[in-house]
Amino acid sequence: MDTLALSRLQFAVTSMFHFIFVPLTLGLSIMVAWMETRHLRTGDGIYLRMARFWGKLFLINFALGVVTGITMEFQFGMNWAEYSKYVGDIFGAPLAIEATVAFFLESTFIGVWVFGWDKVSPRMHAVSIWLVAVATNLSALWILLANGWMQHPVGYVIRKGRAEMVDFLAVVTNSYGWLKFLHTVLSGYTIAAFFVMGISAWHILKKGKTDFFMRSFRAGAAFGLIASILVVLAGDFHASEVAESQPAKFAAIESLWTTKSDCSYNLICFPSVRNERNSVEALKIPGLLSFLAFGRTSARITGLKDIPKDLRPPVMGTFLSFRVMIMLGFLFIILSVIAFVLSGRAGLEKRRLFLRIMLYALPLPYIAAQLGWIVAEVGRQPWIVYGVLKTSDAVSKAVSAAQVWTSLAGFTLLYGALAAADIYLLAKTARKGPEPELPAAAGHNKSGKEA
Amino acid sequence: MLFQVIWFILWGVLWAVFFMLDGFDFGAGMLLGRLAKNEAEKRAVLNAIGPFWDGNEVWLLTAGGATFAAFPATYALMFSYLYTALLLLLFSLILRGVSIEFRGKAEGAGWRRGWDFGLFLGSLLPALLTGVAFGNIFMGLPMDAEGYHGSLLTLLNPYGLLTGVLFVLLFLVHGALWIAVKTGGEVERRAARAANAIWYALLAAAAAFLVSTGFATRLYANYMKAPVLLVLPAAAVLALLATKFYSAGGKYLRAFAASCVTIVMVTFTGVAGLFPNLIPSSIAPASSLTIFNSSSSVYTLKIMTVVAVVFVPIVILYQAWAYRVFRHKEVDITAEKGPY
Repeated sequence: MDTLALSRLQFAVTSMFHFIFVPLTLGLSIMVAWMETRHLRTGDGIYLRMARFWGKLFLINFALGVVTGITMEFQFGMNWAEYSKYVGDIFGAPLAIEATVAFFLESTFIGVWVFGWDKVSPRMHAVSIWLVAVATNLSALWILLANGWMQHPVGYVIRKGRAEMVDFLAVVTNSYGWLKFLHTVLSGYTIAAFFVMGISAWHILKKGKTDFFMRSFRAGAAFGLIASILVVLAGDFHASEVAESQPAKFAAIESLWTTKSDCSYNLICFPSVRNERNSVEALKIPGLLSFLAFGRTSARITGLKDIPKDLRPPVMGTFLSFRVMIMLGFLFIILSVIAFVLSGRAGLEKRRLFLRIMLYALPLPYIAAQLGWIVAEVGRQPWIVYGVLKTSDAVSKAVSAAQVWTSLAGFTLLYGALAAADIYLLAKTARKGPEPELPAAAGHNKSGKEA
Repeated sequence: MLFQVIWFILWGVLWAVFFMLDGFDFGAGMLLGRLAKNEAEKRAVLNAIGPFWDGNEVWLLTAGGATFAAFPATYALMFSYLYTALLLLLFSLILRGVSIEFRGKAEGAGWRRGWDFGLFLGSLLPALLTGVAFGNIFMGLPMDAEGYHGSLLTLLNPYGLLTGVLFVLLFLVHGALWIAVKTGGEVERRAARAANAIWYALLAAAAAFLVSTGFATRLYANYMKAPVLLVLPAAAVLALLATKFYSAGGKYLRAFAASCVTIVMVTFTGVAGLFPNLIPSSIAPASSLTIFNSSSSVYTLKIMTVVAVVFVPIVILYQAWAYRVFRHKEVDITAEKGPY
């Protein structure tokens, strides 16, 4: 493999690994903040224990999200120097803003939250975790505005051999970036909800009905119900935006070969890329695809055959990733509805089959999120900045294939070891369960010694 | 022109603050095994940096982000030219963060010893590597219109290594003083002894650095042109002497403050000598990356200036608040249920 292929592989490995940890952070920070706030409001000690238990899992996960994030910032310059030079005038700004407005906030207040149990007031302590939650979501906004610009570049001109920003407002109000932000953070909330439900289900299966995990499950179900419905809705809006601004990606995710109006949607479909058609098409719903894409059943959609071969993304991977993601998305809604209904009545602990399903469903939202990124990034090829710069023109010139081989091997080893340590710690902590009941409000005594 | 200069100054400030803040984390991480002899003492040392290290590290990310946003060509070439060195820096920073966070979350002597070693390596290497990187930037990199003509080994030249050693010693003294401020009893005494002893080595390295900079780099040219700049190295030297003065007198907080000033002024001394270069070329001066030929458009620089003017003071305010919240000493850590 050459430097380009290796750099792409390395970016895929490091960003997908990073995105194992980020989405749980996005959602679990909000859930922990909500638990702590409930404790403040009601004085019920169980919410404090919930905040501490789920907060500990949050921290184990958070640490890896932070450290693997450093890689992302370095990598643009290390492996994609031509890209960085060409678009740095625009792309660098949201990255620097992300660090300034989000990373500082997040990192400072996570310290206050972890170490401040008896150093700040209970109210300030709850505010700290809310600030962490806001900051992680804010960080997602800025990085997705940056990614949104790569997908749908706006507010720039090509001048002096590079893209220069001429309209900052256009970059920060880019609807592509905002829809992507909504879809992404909601996928994170879904992951967090299924994480909480899955681990709670395990404890209920093992130890029967405990107030702690019944309430945790209920909270996860409520959060999951809202998140799973909204993530599909946001995804639908996002797909319409893709149809509008990235016709090649849209044609690939739906495996649409010929340009036509009144496009029907095939519930069952399988592409045959070599023959430029679908080998299987069944259960057609007339006009649905046109309607989904443009809101009119008569709308005309560009097919892959009308896009030059060298400007088409890899169809099979994009199509399959999208299909499976969609199916999982609907599955999450169904599971969340059932979970919400069952956890609202007595006898959840007796639904052992459902609890087992919820335990094994824990990794599914993670898979859906990874597939979503494959759709987004593979579906954009051959462009790194859609219509402006090709991925093949973006790679560093000063870096040799041997160097990237070395770094890729290093990342694989290091990340593999970290993943093992992380899973070990998460499983251990999750199994151990919450701390025993504390005397009322013991975590919040204000007798912190100060010297 | 104006905005390029503003961002050059900000660029220097971001690096200086990063070294000043994360420097004590690196120092404490390197010294953990020397200063703490049992688990309770280790927890005291770790709790002294625990609430801060992550927020301190963000100054590096911001320095990197600011380089990208304000001087994209420098960001692109510096990061791709120094690929392997940056990779090592990255791995060591990852190791450091994970070691601090994972160490206390499971029992077992083997588990903890492993992460202790990770912390040591993850603290030593960033100190050394950033020093080597800056030493080489001060000297200039072998680059011309064709590209880069060096490798990892060319970076490990005597001057680069000297700068690396200087950084390690700066952070060792800095970290030891922070631990002396933040702990009590035996740990405090050991830390103070370490700071006082290592200071002599630091003095020697600083003297060697100031002299060899005259031979190995062109940094002093700016000082010939504008002698007023000499106030920067003079302040660095005075602050270095004050560090020892206060530390020997048992005034560790003052000594730590003096050490902060030393680190900031050492950074400024180098950066002021670079101006208007960000990375000079050692073989073809015309190929040097300057704040003019590598900067973003004035429009982008203006936007980023507004962002920095609004948000950096806010960041400083709440980080200062956080330092105030955790101003107590980590003395009776065995009695408390500290996170680490």
